Amino acid sequence: MGLLDSVRGFGLTFGKLFDERVTTEYPAEKREKSERLHGRHVLNRYEDGMEKCIGCELCAGVCPANCIYVRGQDNPADDPVSPGERFGFVYEINYLRCIHCDLCVEACPTEAITESKLFEFSFTSRDDAIYTKDELLVGDDGKPQQLPWEDWRDGEDQHTSAWMRATAPSGDASYEGRVAWAGELGYGTRDPEVGQSGGDGD
Amino acid sequence: MPKVPLIGEVGRVADEGLEGLDHGFLTGKIEDLVKWSRARSCWPATFGLACCAIEMMAAGGAHYDLARYGMEVFRASPRQADLMIVAGRVSQKMAPVLRQIYDQMAEPKWVISMGVCASSGGMFNNYAIVQGVDQVVPVDVYAPGCPPGPETLMHAILTLHDHIQSGELTRRREPGVEGAGIVIDQRDGQTASQMILTR
Repeated sequence: MGLLDSVRGFGLTFGKLFDERVTTEYPAEKREKSERLHGRHVLNRYEDGMEKCIGCELCAGVCPANCIYVRGQDNPADDPVSPGERFGFVYEINYLRCIHCDLCVEACPTEAITESKLFEFSFTSRDDAIYTKDELLVGDDGKPQQLPWEDWRDGEDQHTSAWMRATAPSGDASYEGRVAWAGELGYGTRDPEVGQSGGDGD
Repeated sequence: MPKVPLIGEVGRVADEGLEGLDHGFLTGKIEDLVKWSRARSCWPATFGLACCAIEMMAAGGAHYDLARYGMEVFRASPRQADLMIVAGRVSQKMAPVLRQIYDQMAEPKWVISMGVCASSGGMFNNYAIVQGVDQVVPVDVYAPGCPPGPETLMHAILTLHDHIQSGELTRRREPGVEGAGIVIDQRDGQTASQMILTR
């Protein structure tokens, strides 16, 4: 143990003073989200504006935290909400139960529910934490609604469905190379993810 | 000793604390200053219970740096803390401890329920876990997520700061149905409590 050890220790500290800072000043800027982060859900629409949800309640069935409540109803014959027989007329997610496991997204047969990258939100009462269909459904432009208590930044509404494009329903390996993503309002048919081949053998 | 009825300002202050004062310019500005300083030195009590605590520690580290809000000192003593961040699932055995820590904190005090387990039991819907920490302590802000990332926690903290700066100065909250809206009705002669969902 030398006499100058403490001086050397302080030297290290002072040397670090001039290093680049690693802190992300959160309210001013956000860190990059990873490609497949699971955030707040969105309910998608087809390119013609029809809702994708058919009210089958598979998402509610698979949810390990029982945070989803869906009720299906027969489509009105003169003004159908979704293509097909039924639509989800009640769709609620309790964000004080949701663990963002994405099982609902994998269970969904019509790609109606996906998860966006938005993860900066908090509530002051339990009632606010229950998102209804009014809040979850994408707007008329196909982009997720940016609710006042959520902290959206520019470009974050672009990524609402990355995880689903890279995984196969029921883990089918032959899904690789086949982009089976239905047309989506605001986005059209999405491009394959980085690392996933596009279907033409590329 | 007979109780002397206090009149005027003195009586109102005795009854209602600082809230009883008529707000002139000076007291109004002092109130703003007090709220501002409370929001900017909100020391949290250490109450990490599970995996959410890892994210809470990450929020205190260099990359997120809670010191920017004057919150880097997680106090081990509740006497020195203003804010309890309940990070993780609260078991039935931990609930009395949690309540005691909360009771030991000096007013004014606030609670953030961090993560879905603390907020509602989350996926642990079983006999061991308290289904929402707001059955035990009054919660001001809920942070969703399993676990919430440091930025989600900071969003909750910023929500709380707004709450502190715009809220009442001294009066904590009205007694009554808060939080989960669950009223535990203890009848005479019964040991088990009956829970009534009021809404």
